[in-house]
Amino acid sequence: MSILVVMEQRAVAGPPAWSRMSWETLAAGQQLARELQQPVSAAVLGQGIESLAAELTGKKVDHVYVVEHDLLKDYTPDTYTAAVRQLVERTGAAIVIFPHTYQVRDFLPKLATALGRVAVSDVVAHRIEDGKLVLVRQLFQGKLNVDVRFAGDPPYFASMQAGAYRADTIETGSGAIEMFTPQLTPSRTKPLDLFREAQRAVDLTAAEIIVSVGRGIKEADNIPVVQKLADVLGAELAASRPICDSGWLPMERQVGSSGQTVAPKMYLAVGISGAIQHLVGMKGSKTIVAINKDANAPIFEVADYGIVGDLFQVVPALVEEIQKAKQS
Amino acid sequence: MKIVVCIKQVPARDSQLRVASSGAWIQDADLSYEINEPDAYALEEGLQLKEKHGGEVVMLCAGPARAAQTIREALAKGADRAIHIEEEDLGAFDALGAARLLAGALGSEKPDLVLTGLQSDDLGYGQTGVILAELLGLPHATIIMQVEKQDGSIRVKRELEDGWFQHVEMPLPALLTIQSGINKLRYATLMGIKKAKNKEIRRVTAAELGSPGAASIQLSRVYLPSRNKQTQLFDGPPKEAAAKLVEKLKFEARVI
Repeated sequence: MSILVVMEQRAVAGPPAWSRMSWETLAAGQQLARELQQPVSAAVLGQGIESLAAELTGKKVDHVYVVEHDLLKDYTPDTYTAAVRQLVERTGAAIVIFPHTYQVRDFLPKLATALGRVAVSDVVAHRIEDGKLVLVRQLFQGKLNVDVRFAGDPPYFASMQAGAYRADTIETGSGAIEMFTPQLTPSRTKPLDLFREAQRAVDLTAAEIIVSVGRGIKEADNIPVVQKLADVLGAELAASRPICDSGWLPMERQVGSSGQTVAPKMYLAVGISGAIQHLVGMKGSKTIVAINKDANAPIFEVADYGIVGDLFQVVPALVEEIQKAKQS
Repeated sequence: MKIVVCIKQVPARDSQLRVASSGAWIQDADLSYEINEPDAYALEEGLQLKEKHGGEVVMLCAGPARAAQTIREALAKGADRAIHIEEEDLGAFDALGAARLLAGALGSEKPDLVLTGLQSDDLGYGQTGVILAELLGLPHATIIMQVEKQDGSIRVKRELEDGWFQHVEMPLPALLTIQSGINKLRYATLMGIKKAKNKEIRRVTAAELGSPGAASIQLSRVYLPSRNKQTQLFDGPPKEAAAKLVEKLKFEARVI
């Protein structure tokens, strides 16, 4: 039941660099290895990745597989699937884990399918029961959890959610470099330019207080309700993805995995249920306040303070109380 | 261009979810249902591509008999016809099993483009589209924010983390998973609703498509997540709750 951690590197604006979540996944791999008393190895794919591989050898892993090929320079689902598949077959790894990044979401299901398996995506925790691995993932945008078990023979595949494991628990050691050159044919998809949209006018990361609004606001005409709260607090107004999708606030005000990641002194979430894609963008905030009508909304799992109620009644009351508190 | 759009019916967004006594799934009898939101954007993208380039939009949906309502609504928005894989217990299929149903039902359809939402709001695997691409032998790209048809190929804008995007080009036929917000959703018109009544829905049962094969993952228990953090909740009338909260923010958290 040996464990293989497939790390992710990307050359977005410069030389290849680690995707931060990879380290959390390595921590998860080491933890699994301890609990299952099995060896763990790590792999990195790409081209010109020697220095990244060297960094990995300082961690407690058996092998560091360096999967290099010209066709792995830029990510494509075809070449990455073929390369990881050949590596899994070569190493005989039984549990293969990945960070749950956009890139992994793009090719891991293809890889698992090619081997007749289903990957467990977006894992938030795990435990061992009777020597068997039980993975925990979320359902219904984080409202419920589910325990998932693998059936049938390995290899088993899973991707780990951002923040589920702590990179600062990684054990150091020494891993042996092993070069692996996969047999690849050119990809059917052709990756072109990487780009960002026009420069962001709003830097939410600099804000000390953020008032963030979600679906609970119901319609664009209601935005002034939360704008008023932001004004009285001297806060920036932000939003969860659906609000920006609907065009009620500009995309540059979006907090979450596809928007900005913020960690202000206070984050006030109004009418935001707290899907994981939103939580990863704000859970590092110092003080989190949630106002939501659903007491079971996942936002309350990260909130320090909360009011369960109708935001259209609570927010105006809050504005009034804050004004009073500021005057006194 | 022949476009197949895969849609799923899921519990409405603001549903109060309760775990079934078996612990295997939720109590689903008294819920209301709607189209999975990212799938609604996939449908809209399909309709817009058809309006620009001509062709046909075929809906493909696996689900119980109640899913017919969601299919009808999609037809009212402008899809030409639908294939409904009727299966009362989709929970018995894992993501690969479900994708095999979709692939099987497509049979000889030979679409130029297959669109799905990027993930479902209920199970949230975010995998069905990519699995289907592999089963159909098609190139794919995920989390798509823009689709441009070229001669025999498409150029798409893929969303990445932290505000980055990438353009990707691929030959047709291909499969794309569509991100919410790619376009502006339309409403069905009265005329559309009227026309939908006469549009074809081909029904096929899961059993007719053959055995799904053994599941390779099993959902063993559904439950409410436990709270790691102690949240101080304030209740009472809004004014009272707000006053208590502000006091804490001022004197405990010291953020006001």
